Amino acid sequence: MAQLIKNDTLAVDTWKTLELAEGETPESVALPAGDIIFPLAVWQARKTEIISCHKRIGLLIQPDELIEDVAGDLEYFIVIAVNFPKFVDGRGYSTASLLRQRYRYEGELRAVGDVLHDQLFFMRRVGFDSYALKDGKNAVYALETGFNSFSDTYQTSTNQPQPYFRRRA
Amino acid sequence: MYKYDAIDRQLINERVAQFRDQVRRWKAGELADDEFRPLRLQNGLYIQRHAPMFRIAVPYGMLNSAQLRTLGHVAAKYDRGYGHFTTRHNLQLNWPKIEDVPEIMAELAEVEMHAIQTSGNCLRNITTDPFAGVAADEVIDPRPLAEILREWTTFHPEFAFLPRKFKIAISGTREDRAVTWFHDIGLHLKEQDGQVGFTVIVGGGLGRTPIRGQVVREFLPWQHILTYCEAILRVYNRAGRRDNAYKARIKILVQATGIEAFSQQVEDEWAYMKDGPATLTQAEFDRVAAHFTAPDYEKQDEVALPTEKAFTKWVDRNTHPHKVPGYAAVTLSLKQHGVAPGDITSAQMAAVADLADQYSFGELRISHEQNIILADVKKADLPAVWEKAKAAGLATPNIGLLTGMICCPGGDFCDLANAKSIPIANAIQARFDDLDYLFDIGEIDLNISGCMNACGHHHVGHIGVLGVDKNDSEFYQVTLGGRQGNDARLGKVIGPSFSADEMPDVVDKIIKVYLESRHADERFLDTFDRIGLDPFKNRVYEGRAHGKAKTAQKEAA
Repeated sequence: MAQLIKNDTLAVDTWKTLELAEGETPESVALPAGDIIFPLAVWQARKTEIISCHKRIGLLIQPDELIEDVAGDLEYFIVIAVNFPKFVDGRGYSTASLLRQRYRYEGELRAVGDVLHDQLFFMRRVGFDSYALKDGKNAVYALETGFNSFSDTYQTSTNQPQPYFRRRA
Repeated sequence: MYKYDAIDRQLINERVAQFRDQVRRWKAGELADDEFRPLRLQNGLYIQRHAPMFRIAVPYGMLNSAQLRTLGHVAAKYDRGYGHFTTRHNLQLNWPKIEDVPEIMAELAEVEMHAIQTSGNCLRNITTDPFAGVAADEVIDPRPLAEILREWTTFHPEFAFLPRKFKIAISGTREDRAVTWFHDIGLHLKEQDGQVGFTVIVGGGLGRTPIRGQVVREFLPWQHILTYCEAILRVYNRAGRRDNAYKARIKILVQATGIEAFSQQVEDEWAYMKDGPATLTQAEFDRVAAHFTAPDYEKQDEVALPTEKAFTKWVDRNTHPHKVPGYAAVTLSLKQHGVAPGDITSAQMAAVADLADQYSFGELRISHEQNIILADVKKADLPAVWEKAKAAGLATPNIGLLTGMICCPGGDFCDLANAKSIPIANAIQARFDDLDYLFDIGEIDLNISGCMNACGHHHVGHIGVLGVDKNDSEFYQVTLGGRQGNDARLGKVIGPSFSADEMPDVVDKIIKVYLESRHADERFLDTFDRIGLDPFKNRVYEGRAHGKAKTAQKEAA
């Protein structure tokens, strides 16, 4: 089980992610009850159905999926989980930047998958606010030091829209 | 040159602390090798053939004497007393201990140096022209914008895990000296209608698939450089291939997309960021540019320089025109015959630092040809600089000549290499050890890479040598006619590859064809362009068994 870091503390994860078993398709998979994070393909195939039976909806987006494709649906989501199948696949950072900066998504933005201590600082900068730290990693130490590797930054990003050069005294 | 302020200093100190902790966690088993690998790479640390290799950044090639002394000191204290300058403004140490690297980083931070993003699939060191600020043909000094780009690339949160490495070069002269046509992004500074800006080139690169870059935007006003680069990087980060490392560079994406469609994608992305907060301000440009003001040049009277032949040869090859009368830029050659090209000892670093202090305002530059440049030397001081450089083994008058070659560390050190490159370089230097002969041959770029990753820029050498592996043996493929500059292009392969032993003869034959065929005013490249590849090819392969004859010969043996 991944360890969820949220609001600067270890949190209990109330969400379940719908996974398609072999042979199941987005069109045919049974939609479970509860707080569910739906893969993008399931959301696209079953949107009306999901809205009719779920009040709280989550979305899972993979590195090769484009957030533009659901940009009109963002108001439905309480949480959007961006998957990092391998931590060296950096596409999720752009997905997060777009969600926050271009589409003004304000719900929970969660990094899931191969989420490690040494990427937390960058993840927060692009707009993630919850982190499913990989199983077996020291979550307490990550909380203590992973988010404050650097005291300031040069570039613009989600959590600091002004570049350092505009903030110089 | 640029002096750190509080934020710059704080960030590199925090980087040292971060890496120290990462090394600790790796040693403790809390970080797996695969998890640690990209982290150490982004701090310039490779695990190599014999030992780790540590790559230190010299951003846009600028160094001061204190920094060079520190480089010499860390090379002596933590390594074997020498370092190697690369083709991208870096110094590599070949034998440090991993455990020592945080300490080395801390010592470097004391003099405002670092190894940030010198490797890994991220935004790399910004490179430029070693004669920036002094070149007679300079339109605009690229260094302030290079520093602004350095800050922008440092710990960029969205682009720390790109599909592949990403290199940016910037040039501000009429004649490009920063190989901008062969970088992921190449920037040509220019003036248009009284406005300063860039021609933006994208998708160039050497390596396994050499491709000349293409213009993605003819003119971009300088204020927009960060937002425009963000747009390019975002398109690349999302769409660049991640299934095959050999097809992951932006050049492959640009080729697959087509420059027009790619350009449109960038423009669409840029439309959202254009004129946003990351747009540069005049105040920021002025703040940074104030670090790159001209030194206090003194008015110089005409001086009569010695006419001693050895000295005039050195002046001819190793000094360069300066925009201020009475001054010259001096190249200290790291191409002494018999030494690995680009290598420099700790003692030499100390000597160069002294020369810089005494004769060139305490500053120096590193060129992509792997030499050191003292940019602001009084012509009257040239004899003294020559004597001292000679004493330090740094005055070989071979800049731009055959033995002033570019060469990567190759199979003696590098894990990626297919073949050794330094012994080839040394064998060619030994064959062409006669200075009069070298001068007669004249200007020629010989570039040697030990593998298709092309760190020795063999594709753009007039003569290019590439190490290849055939059935576990080392062979060398030769290309002719490559070149850097405004007319940058790739060399053509002359034919089947050669063994190491054959290489001095092969180069000798190529040179002979040139000498026999040249018109009075022709350099090697001019003759090559006039007569083409065939005469060279015919001479080199003359009498050489190939095809069936070669097989028969082998069988007979």
